[in-house]
Amino acid sequence: MTDLMQPTEASQTDEDAPVQLVTPDGRRVADDRNAPYRARTSHLGPEELRGLYRDMVLVRRFDTEATALQRQGELALFAPLLGQEAAQIGSGRALAPQDVAFPSYREHGVAHTRGLDMAQILRLFRGVDHGGWDSEAHNFHLYTLVIGSHSLHATGYAMGVQRDGLVGTGDPERDTAVITYFGDGATSQGDVSEALGFAAVNNAPVVLFCQNNQWAISVPTSTQTRVPLYRRGAGFGVPSVRVDGNDVLACYAVTAEALERARSGGGPTFIEAVTYRMGAHTTSDDPTRYRTRAEEDYWRDRDPIARLHALLVSEGAWDDEAAAALDAECEALGERIRASVRALGKPAAASMFDHVYATDHQVVSRESAWFESYESSFTDQGGHR
Amino acid sequence: MSTPTSTSTTSSISSTAGRTQAAAPIPTDVQTLPFAKAINAGLRAALGGDDKVLLMGEDIGPLGGVFRVTDGLQASFGADRVVDTPLAESGILGTAIGLALRGYRPVCEIQFDGFIFPAFDQITTQLAKMHYRSRGRLTVPVVVRVPYGGGIGAVEHHSESPEVLFAHTPGLRVVSPGSPQDAYTMIQEAIASPDPVLFFEPKGRYWEKGAVDLSAGPYGRRAAEQQGADADQQGAADEQSAGGQGDADEQPVRESITVREPITVAEANGFATLNTAVVARPGTDLTLVAYGPTVATALKVAEAAASEGTSIEVVDLRSISPLDTDTVVESVRKTHRCVVVHEAPTFLGTGAEIAATVTERCFYDLEAPVLRVGGFHTPYPVAKIEHEYLPSLDRVLDAVDRSLAF
Repeated sequence: MTDLMQPTEASQTDEDAPVQLVTPDGRRVADDRNAPYRARTSHLGPEELRGLYRDMVLVRRFDTEATALQRQGELALFAPLLGQEAAQIGSGRALAPQDVAFPSYREHGVAHTRGLDMAQILRLFRGVDHGGWDSEAHNFHLYTLVIGSHSLHATGYAMGVQRDGLVGTGDPERDTAVITYFGDGATSQGDVSEALGFAAVNNAPVVLFCQNNQWAISVPTSTQTRVPLYRRGAGFGVPSVRVDGNDVLACYAVTAEALERARSGGGPTFIEAVTYRMGAHTTSDDPTRYRTRAEEDYWRDRDPIARLHALLVSEGAWDDEAAAALDAECEALGERIRASVRALGKPAAASMFDHVYATDHQVVSRESAWFESYESSFTDQGGHR
Repeated sequence: MSTPTSTSTTSSISSTAGRTQAAAPIPTDVQTLPFAKAINAGLRAALGGDDKVLLMGEDIGPLGGVFRVTDGLQASFGADRVVDTPLAESGILGTAIGLALRGYRPVCEIQFDGFIFPAFDQITTQLAKMHYRSRGRLTVPVVVRVPYGGGIGAVEHHSESPEVLFAHTPGLRVVSPGSPQDAYTMIQEAIASPDPVLFFEPKGRYWEKGAVDLSAGPYGRRAAEQQGADADQQGAADEQSAGGQGDADEQPVRESITVREPITVAEANGFATLNTAVVARPGTDLTLVAYGPTVATALKVAEAAASEGTSIEVVDLRSISPLDTDTVVESVRKTHRCVVVHEAPTFLGTGAEIAATVTERCFYDLEAPVLRVGGFHTPYPVAKIEHEYLPSLDRVLDAVDRSLAF
């Protein structure tokens, strides 16, 4: 096992040790190094902690439900986020309403924090659209499947925010930051390095949030890098921080700090959240071919939800009543997800011609007209479709 | 005209605009410009006409681009709008997409044709598909300017014609002007288009001159209209002064005529240079189809053939995607013969598409098979032999002869 696998075990004097506010067994950590981050969570009382816990549990329920729906043949594919709930909920809840997120394709938890109905995400995995939710209504861009491409979109968008004069005004309701999510594998893509470069020289208000979940499908992080990923930022002059990605409070704190830097005109930040993809890459993957049971057990003991649960219990912020209410909410969510997926109809075949261009395009018009006449040539014989 | 400073802006707009149209027709301003200067003027018109337009690229600022196409624009519009970027084509395109998502209209310069490929992923997987995958909610009005083509004695990667690689990607528009006038109008239409446009500039023709009407194009027309309005308004103000009722502090509200008419999708649907081919020279015996750098070649071929009594009709495609096959087919129905000429390799190229379409749509009108003249299926050769690779006057005339003799 590599040192990256055991970040929470690493010495707190080691500069590579991730920022941690809560240990895997649910105890708060207080030391000089994490003091500024503790300050950023001091306003989070029992109710807010329960809110973060609820978010994580609901998202995991969504994940479980979607995986089951794929197994039942209702979805073509699913990419589970299992194990990454703290990284996504912690960072997502640090966003201000006007901040804009550019996700990869596993950011179901961030989607939830942006107010997107997670059922929308399953349209993509069912094959009825390419994930065409209203990104502007949620300040949550569409999923991007080409690894790392969207890190540049986020950077460019942040350069637009700068030009709009929405950085450093001092008005917390106007100053705007952009955040982009990608994984450890994406850091090997040139686009992520170019995003760091463009963000740095433009001082763009963007946070590059890397969820190092240890695996790029079957390839370990050690194949992507010889140094801890967060150190990549320094070479670009981008402030960087490594955080325990299974510690929701730490993820919230480091992201809040980075977003504030961005909004106030301090420029970009690179965050490496050290976490673990507890499930498969997608429902088509088979992790038993490339990783050990022992490794999975190691990380199961560091489950982000169990960690927050232990904290809530130890601080007297959780009881049977709260648990029952959340269970009921999860059941209702599961039922709604199942029903909404099964209710998704097949799009009309001719809809493939819609929105190829915003303007008229002779080739598309000609082919669309031909297709329509071809299809209608069958209807006299009782209907082709 | 009265000069009520308290007049509401709205009524002032309509009354001023209506009166202007009647009193002052759009002034034309025809100048003789080289291709590169025509594009420069088109970029200037767009930058002046829409604050959201910005240029991005390598060396486009103080240097004015390696071909000087952006000469003087940074000095006029500032480094925030004419942006020297890091040397990274994928980064240029990727950040341009982000800026477009935020409401900007980035115009990216790729320094040379052969350097576009680091951005190929962003262009084909992201730029081309954003509108489609968002089910029409998002538009990414990005223009990618690409100096392309050969004949300039350059080193490797500096003379290629990769337009078909992009034309084969749904979601992109791919155009190439064949004259300075079209270059001026087309760059404006490309910028005003809500769809992404690959704008291929025939670099070998950059210094060939032509007449350019600066009041053409969506931004040029708006600027000319405003000029007319300004002149008209100045006339009205002079009248007032002459009448002794003017007051320097009571000029008509200037904003009332600087409000720009937004460019709608309907207007963009009517952009001629982005959607239609044009007959560059009428003729009766053979249709010679060209675009970009080969338009000038085709016109020379037609001239040479005319001296031998052959009347060639030259069709300038202007756009590769979409491809205006109606104009080509209409011409071939008249001439019964067709030759296509481009610098890109003929194998699986624009000429092949035209040959297939002409065969499908006017099979019985043809007196000869459609012939293609273009680059070979080799990498672009070294400069000392590039003129044997490029479709020369002689090679096109040879194809014309073969078609006529068939």
